[in-house]
Amino acid sequence: MNVELRGITKSFGPVIANSDVTLDIRAGEVLGLLGENGAGKSTLMNVLCGLYQPNAGEIRIDGRPVTFNGPGAAIEAGIGMVHQHFMLVPVFTVAENVVLGVEPVGKLDFLDLKKASDQVRAIKDQYGLEVDPDALIETLPVGVQQRVEIIKVLFRSAQVLILDEPTAVLTPQEVEEFFQIIKALRDAGKALVFITHKLNEILQIADRISVLRQGRITGSGDPKTMTTKDLAEMMVGRPVSFDVTKQPFAPGKDLLKIENLTVLHENSEIAVNQINFSVRSGEIIGIAGVQGNGQTALVEALAGLRHITSGTVTYQDHDITHSSARARHRMGIAHIPEDRQRTGIIPSFTVAENMVLDTYYDTRFSSRGQIKWDIVNEAAARGAVEFDVRTPSVFSAAGHLSGGNQQKLVVARELSRDTEMLLAAQPTRGLDVGSIEYIHERLIHARDEGDGVLIVSSELDEILALSDRILVMFKGNIIAEFENGDGQADKNEVGLAMAGAAP
Amino acid sequence: MSTPSKTDKAIQDLLRRAAPPRAEFEDLVIVPIFAVVAALILGAFTMLATNVELATIGQSYIALLKGSVGSLNAISETLTAAAPLILAGLGLALGFRAGLFNIGAEGQILMGGIAAVITGFSLPGLPFVLLLPLCLLSGALVGALYAGIAGWLRAATGAHEVISTIMLNLISYRLLDYLLRQPFIQREGRADPISKSVPDNAELPRLLDWLDPNLRVHAGIFLALAAVLVVYWILYRSKIGFEFRASGASPDAARFAGMRSGLIIVAAMATAGALAGLAGANQVLGVLDRATPGFSAGIGFDAIAVALLGRSHPFGVLLAGLLFGALEAGGRQMQVDAGVSIDLIGIIQALIIVFIAAPLLVRAIFPWGFRKPADVRKE
Repeated sequence: MNVELRGITKSFGPVIANSDVTLDIRAGEVLGLLGENGAGKSTLMNVLCGLYQPNAGEIRIDGRPVTFNGPGAAIEAGIGMVHQHFMLVPVFTVAENVVLGVEPVGKLDFLDLKKASDQVRAIKDQYGLEVDPDALIETLPVGVQQRVEIIKVLFRSAQVLILDEPTAVLTPQEVEEFFQIIKALRDAGKALVFITHKLNEILQIADRISVLRQGRITGSGDPKTMTTKDLAEMMVGRPVSFDVTKQPFAPGKDLLKIENLTVLHENSEIAVNQINFSVRSGEIIGIAGVQGNGQTALVEALAGLRHITSGTVTYQDHDITHSSARARHRMGIAHIPEDRQRTGIIPSFTVAENMVLDTYYDTRFSSRGQIKWDIVNEAAARGAVEFDVRTPSVFSAAGHLSGGNQQKLVVARELSRDTEMLLAAQPTRGLDVGSIEYIHERLIHARDEGDGVLIVSSELDEILALSDRILVMFKGNIIAEFENGDGQADKNEVGLAMAGAAP
Repeated sequence: MSTPSKTDKAIQDLLRRAAPPRAEFEDLVIVPIFAVVAALILGAFTMLATNVELATIGQSYIALLKGSVGSLNAISETLTAAAPLILAGLGLALGFRAGLFNIGAEGQILMGGIAAVITGFSLPGLPFVLLLPLCLLSGALVGALYAGIAGWLRAATGAHEVISTIMLNLISYRLLDYLLRQPFIQREGRADPISKSVPDNAELPRLLDWLDPNLRVHAGIFLALAAVLVVYWILYRSKIGFEFRASGASPDAARFAGMRSGLIIVAAMATAGALAGLAGANQVLGVLDRATPGFSAGIGFDAIAVALLGRSHPFGVLLAGLLFGALEAGGRQMQVDAGVSIDLIGIIQALIIVFIAAPLLVRAIFPWGFRKPADVRKE
């Protein structure tokens, strides 16, 4: 089944989300749709799924113009969407989730779960989607849950599959497996739309690429002849540098010293197990590892947000093992938290309020119990300009900013004061190329000025590009260490260590 | 002198106040107005359903208007009823902003009120300028302490404040009954639970008794107005208020920013309790002149509605408190003129809350003034 979008325009009041977009989606092909957050990818796909009606333009299926009055009509026509956030009932089995809404029923409306399992098994065998139809969703890893979403769409006999940022939640191994599935589906004659902002992935899997910027198609082409540089330029609208330039590696004295550190999970299991390392000034330490190996607990313990069960943390020769988060903060330790929406900013607060979320008590910003809002606003505006936070005003709600700008806001808050140690957890997760480039520059700038920097990231490329030294965390332990002062660490070796194979 | 640099210009641009988001305006103004209209219309249907004649329904709404703003006496009654609702409503609103659902205003009012009474009759010799502030202060202080118990329980043990404040309400009823029978508090020569009277020099002065001795409006309304400004200052200007709002909007982000959540919870509950305690003091010093069992008369619960209707904003609470005061004063007139039960006012108040809680329903009934749904961007 081939789908053509012809001149699709969709606006919301004065905001034009899509402008005259023309796309071809062909059977047996993977179309990569690339664009930054807010470029209009989701709107376009929601038009295709019947959730939105376009203001202008038409959709044709195999040459015939169609209109979808709602998502039901699009599903009927064979268009299925796999959402970025899964829509599964955690306490139901795989089969129950798949048939939800179109359950096979027998006599007297009897729910035939056996038949449902068999149908799921048939799809699974046909496309090689390894999953147990009788397993409960909540017991399955994220990668398998995603397969269930795909089976759900196939079960409704979709010929066109739209995959919205499918790899955002997957580990590197799961991404590999996922690509195998995509290839199997393509070879079975399905048409696939792969939406992403990750350049490497799109070059690896797509047969054709279209790039969307500010609601328009800014480029299309063949991935065999395109480079990440070309794509990034089409996506951002200006040349993007991927080469990180650092000053020569010249570490100073030990700044943060961690000895025999043990931290527990909420359920009292060991999260961080007796680890030792130190961060020197002028050095970036990268903690590599698949997510969920104790990195979150480590950073929170260092930031004073989680109880340290045993071991010591020394900062500039002071024992801070049991100091409060505020005390550490005042000593010059900055923290960019992992989950910016939940812990980094308060979405309903203004940009200015978020800019002083952890410095409002400082004598610069308040006196005699009163916050000096004029000074706060002024400082926030200055920070926003300096750190390239794109916002209409410092009085806008931070929740209205794009993810990249929210993260730049956090970075601005943490770095626009005297810091000597920076803890950065997943500093660029889910961000667009432009913002990633900017945040990397800032982290390196902090290092070049003599700060110690600890970066936790599940993106191996990021760790390799930034770190002077790489520690690999696996199941709460540091199982490998690589020197990377001149970029000499080997990607394969680090990757193997991440999978638990100690060198 | 040099011309302003590009950076300076960019900074100035960012400092320009953004137009208040349309959604906020709808939420704060249009929805409450239509909620009131819808509640009045549905109230009329309720009367119809109970076999009240059409003419009587019209008459009762006229009486409602007359009894609330139709005369000097009506306005006086409205303000008298509004003052404690505003005070207690401010406390609850402050709690909501800090993420605390305090159901205990009723108990805090009782405890604050009895404290003010005791302070009043214990120190009858003090001059007015000392005694009245002292009475108000003791009311606020005891209200703060009483609410602080729930705050401490939440911070130290995680006991949810909804449960603990309801329990504390029940305790306060019985505690008050007990106190009112103590020889030190009970009025001489009485067997029923009733306190001694507050001396005249502890009373909130009547404002218009020189016009007509029946006009009950007293200085408590100024107390309420002052409290509106103070609460506004606390929430939007002060350091502690920033902490309140941050922990209310996102407890995790507040903790990550190094704020001490336990302390903030106790402080927010205590501030809310102080305001409720003031409401109690306002009642005994301005209207009742003494304490009797259950003298709070449900103000603490109506105040929850006031805080919700006022969208937990001090100025919103002021308007909502005035509205509920008007409903109460007008409701009495309605009963007298049209013979309609005063319970109807309770129904209308309840309906207002139902509509406030269901903005989409209001939008569906009254499409005017809202943006078209198609313009609402969903990403």
